Amino acid sequence: MEIYENFNILPSRMELLITRYIQLQDHRVLLNGIVEYVSEVGSVGKFNRSVYRHYNIDYPKFFKMDNLSKLGFLSAEILLQGTDILKKYLGEEIAIILENASSSLESDEKHQESIRDRNKYFPSPSVFVYTLPNIMASEIAIRHKVKGENTVFIFEQFEPEFIDHYVSDLFRNQRVNCCLSGWIECYGDHYQSFLFIIEQEDKIKRFKGLQECVILNTLNVEKLFKGKSI
Amino acid sequence: MIEDLILKLKKEIINELNLENITPEDMDAEAPLFRKGLGLDSIDALELVVLLEENYGIKINASKEGPKIFYSIKTIAEYILNHQKKINQCSERSS
Repeated sequence: MEIYENFNILPSRMELLITRYIQLQDHRVLLNGIVEYVSEVGSVGKFNRSVYRHYNIDYPKFFKMDNLSKLGFLSAEILLQGTDILKKYLGEEIAIILENASSSLESDEKHQESIRDRNKYFPSPSVFVYTLPNIMASEIAIRHKVKGENTVFIFEQFEPEFIDHYVSDLFRNQRVNCCLSGWIECYGDHYQSFLFIIEQEDKIKRFKGLQECVILNTLNVEKLFKGKSI
Repeated sequence: MIEDLILKLKKEIINELNLENITPEDMDAEAPLFRKGLGLDSIDALELVVLLEENYGIKINASKEGPKIFYSIKTIAEYILNHQKKINQCSERSS
């Protein structure tokens, strides 16, 4: 894996770098591959609440979100804490590009259940609004005032190559200088979040953690996703 | 009687709107529900419309009657009691 040890070995060619990444899975929160928090074993709902409280987050709307949005929200919240991303870039310069497998299926099923019986037809507006995976990306965008492209792509499994190509293209062809990207999957008891920040090399020269940056390419993204050490 | 209904409504609102860390005791029955007070939003307003229909059999026109009825928990309780009174009067007349 290509890693910058220090300034002196920065490549001459402009690169896209993964400057920070987070994983929420198996009752744990890992930041840059290091375990930050372990919650009690339980449902995804219990895990989300426990992470919210552990990190002293104050955002009452969190409790109205579905589990998928909560997981995405928490991932972005912790990932961005302590960074200067939101000061360094305008909202328009930041994109959110995500993938998952189950879309918003859990909320879709909940909604379907509420309209199944014509005699008990009480669809809940607050469930219905989460019947799209893009809402998860939008919750992150609203919270952090991110106004660049935001999209959620559905794949059977994590596709690092797609992210590599799509995000690289965004940087090349549009006014994007930063991107939050990754995999936020949640259905039933299974949940897995892998979210990372991508920035251009020339925008992070003063970034203190440069030695921990990883060049954006398919292989590196796949390795980080699988939890392989840097 | 209205006090019992207000307490019931408070519990239902906490449950339906997922109001975390709020107890019925924290809720002022006369405080505005939207903007100030509990700070509810438009989705919450729709959820309240569903709550009235599902739990009390009351169908309301949210855009027309909503602002008045949903001003506070007390105004909701008064509306429910008036509605029930009217239904009782109608059924007494028909019998």
